[in-house]
Amino acid sequence: MTIPTTEGALPDMAITAPQVRRLTSVETKLYLREPAVIFFAVGLPIALTLILGGTIPDFMDPDPALGGLRPIDTHLPGVMIILSVLTCAFSLLPTVLVTYRERGILKRMSTTPVSPATVLGVQLVLNVAMAVLTTVLILVLANLVYDVPFPKAPLTFAGVLLLGMVSSFAIGLLLAGLAPTSRIVQGLGMAVFFPSLFFAGMWVPHALMPGVLRTISEFTPSGAFGAALVEVLSTGSTEWLHIVVMAAWGVVAAIVAVRFFRWS
Amino acid sequence: MAIITVQNLRKQYGAKVAVKDVSFSVEEGEIYGIVGRNGAGKTTTVECVAGLRKPDGGAIHVAADLKQQVGVQLQESIMPDKLRVGEALDLYASFYANPASVTELLDEVGLDPKVGFAKLSGGQRQRLSIALALVGNPKIAILDELTTGLDPQARRETWELISRIRERGVTVLLVSHFMEEVERLCDRVAVIADGTVLAVDTPAGLISRTGGVQRITFRTTAPVESLKSLPEVHSVTVEAGHVTVTGDQNVLRAIVTALPDSAISNLKTETSSMDDAFLALTGE
Repeated sequence: MTIPTTEGALPDMAITAPQVRRLTSVETKLYLREPAVIFFAVGLPIALTLILGGTIPDFMDPDPALGGLRPIDTHLPGVMIILSVLTCAFSLLPTVLVTYRERGILKRMSTTPVSPATVLGVQLVLNVAMAVLTTVLILVLANLVYDVPFPKAPLTFAGVLLLGMVSSFAIGLLLAGLAPTSRIVQGLGMAVFFPSLFFAGMWVPHALMPGVLRTISEFTPSGAFGAALVEVLSTGSTEWLHIVVMAAWGVVAAIVAVRFFRWS
Repeated sequence: MAIITVQNLRKQYGAKVAVKDVSFSVEEGEIYGIVGRNGAGKTTTVECVAGLRKPDGGAIHVAADLKQQVGVQLQESIMPDKLRVGEALDLYASFYANPASVTELLDEVGLDPKVGFAKLSGGQRQRLSIALALVGNPKIAILDELTTGLDPQARRETWELISRIRERGVTVLLVSHFMEEVERLCDRVAVIADGTVLAVDTPAGLISRTGGVQRITFRTTAPVESLKSLPEVHSVTVEAGHVTVTGDQNVLRAIVTALPDSAISNLKTETSSMDDAFLALTGE
């Protein structure tokens, strides 16, 4: 067979089962070999939920504004879930991708039959799975330890979580596309991470934010994510504004990320 | 039959022309060397062949599936620190439709599958890199500067490994700026400078192009002026009692005939090497 590379032919780029299986297995092992990763993505959000829930008295008081629910039932698990999602989306995923690019690993793989989409997809799925696992652990442990009720509208909750993840991971991929080195992507990740946590209500709950700040928050991806999560945990419903804001950020960030992403 | 044909390849990055006009063809089963100084356009050339870069001009024909049947060892490719040798090979094997046996490859390159990448020495990393280039059972292996930065022992081990690759029937395209390596391994060599091919020949052919120059050095008490007039002699230089004579294949016999035996001591002969041939070709 003769392949004129001048035409940029890329034959046989099918995704095969052995590729996906082996990549998933290897990347999971590499993930688990970094204790710091497990600590920040899984351990910290769970520990904070349990420790803050048990030590801050206000968190245990029923709030009439929340229909008699306690902040530990709504606000605390909401922001801790976001902490885990943002750690995976803004820090872990972009750092691995940029490091792979920096080390020539993506370029090396591009000379093999494996599709770059498979490599990227496995990383994405792995980080999403880690955030979902943490979410489930937070809900189950908070239920066992503090009688926090499970989401009363599980499908709406899952939908909000999914959209929040789409917008967060799209931004994470955008960071990976824009940053030339792993050092820069880590700095950039942190620069986005802390303001995002703030807008999500990590330090000041949305209910206590001054009006203007609250409105600004609701138009940021993490702010909409935080507001929607707390709302669905409190009332079982959600506002269209938050859904639209998350979806819009997700779509725009994904389009720009695809435009800027480089394999070498 | 040519397995790789490159015709009038041209590639530039912005205003900088990396490859001006490169043509060569590689026969099936041979070890083909691309040699030249840093920046001569060697890596760009083979990266175009491997399909990693799109040429700006010319044509490349590779009689193999670029992804499935061409194994590549890149100049700079570092695996994740905590990835173990065995895992890396299993992973890359899973990418291909008909992978080689990982156990056999590990045995051939002499690596312990349990060692993490960060703990490998330079030589071990290169051997892993070669194993990864072979794990897909390729028809062609492209190896770029694989012994740069290795100590002499590791270099020799790597050369032995390459010789064994040929025995598997794999065609090897080898990029190097190391003449001893090329002389030892390659069937044919393309010498590249400033993005163009200066010569294509066997290593022996390239050396003989420099005229098969012999260099004889000795000490003598006899006058040596008369040697200059001998037809076999090209030049005579005397420095602190050391005489250096260059000339053709018969220069040694000419010298010992012309001078009394007892007047010559510390006689050494040197045949021109691939290094000399390379320097002569690139004009330095």
